[in-house]
Amino acid sequence: MNHVEDQSLHYSRPHSRTPEESKAVRKKILVVTGLLSLITVVEILIGVYFSKTHVGEGTWTLIKWFYIILTLVKAGYIVLVFMHLGDENKSLRTTVLLPMVLVIYLIFIALFEGEVLIQYVQEFMK
Amino acid sequence: MAQATLDIPANKIWGGGTSPFGASYGKLMMWFFLLSDAFSFSSLLVALGYARHVHADTWPLVENVFFHFPLTHAHLPLLYVGLMTFILIISSVTMVLAVDAGHTNNKKGVIFWLGLTVVGGLVFLGSQAWEWYTFIVGGEGVVKSIIVDGEVQKVLVQGANLQNNEYGHTLFANFFFFITGFHGFHVFSGVVINAIVLYQATQGVFERRGHYEMVEKAGLYWHFVDLVWVFVFTFFYLL
Repeated sequence: MNHVEDQSLHYSRPHSRTPEESKAVRKKILVVTGLLSLITVVEILIGVYFSKTHVGEGTWTLIKWFYIILTLVKAGYIVLVFMHLGDENKSLRTTVLLPMVLVIYLIFIALFEGEVLIQYVQEFMK
Repeated sequence: MAQATLDIPANKIWGGGTSPFGASYGKLMMWFFLLSDAFSFSSLLVALGYARHVHADTWPLVENVFFHFPLTHAHLPLLYVGLMTFILIISSVTMVLAVDAGHTNNKKGVIFWLGLTVVGGLVFLGSQAWEWYTFIVGGEGVVKSIIVDGEVQKVLVQGANLQNNEYGHTLFANFFFFITGFHGFHVFSGVVINAIVLYQATQGVFERRGHYEMVEKAGLYWHFVDLVWVFVFTFFYLL
């Protein structure tokens, strides 16, 4: 037979659900929405009440890391639940997530270079 | 060579015929595009961190720049951008619901939730336009020594453009324009894509096709836009 099959029909065919299943899906979406909103509110409250100028350097470093962790938690929920990457198979998950490790290397390079540049500028200003 | 017969389930074989990723070509390519786009945004944000690290002494405090809120003159740091974040999260949720309606072949659900997503995107774009306007117009301004016609002159700088800004280092405004602009353009194209898919849904294109995977693909792009904003919010506004 000489016709091209629609792949998507094979992988994304709509399916019927029982009311219980629908309820479970809705609940999951609602819980994640609440969580994302809560994290955002916490971030804003910290930002408003703990200004960089009013807290010590140590506290600010702590807040910084707290922000980064909250951001990664938010990103994880968006990617795994909203984008359904958690429901995809292992090959797809690995293919998408593993290359992001390179970003860590990029951050390392930028910090290292920035530090060197600051030293050069200080040397030059002497 | 004899054909090897191995006891592997058909959907796990990489020999062709089935996708080892369990996804169609279109969806897979959307994921790969988003991966490359993630690298673009990572580079921008890392470059921001680099500039900020090198020019820490002239980098402004963000809460002294973004404290405006429409219809009031109160000093409300982070509140407006927090609202924008919230708008984008909510439009992401309506998109999830649209994709979910597509999974059960619910045409009305897709149209309703996708419509709300388009509205959410437009509200976000409007908010960003206001934010840019406030940033460009600026406040009372500061006197800065800048080079005009080869001579150093003291000039009152108000608001921001690509050469000067009243807030701090020139790169601060440049990164603001570039990062939020690049993200805003993604939001804009996302709204256009969503609107086209919405139109197709109302015309029954996906019903005839037998699946709503196009909503899923547009959804991936839209969620990615939300994801990027989560990072922009942290690394530009919070830190």
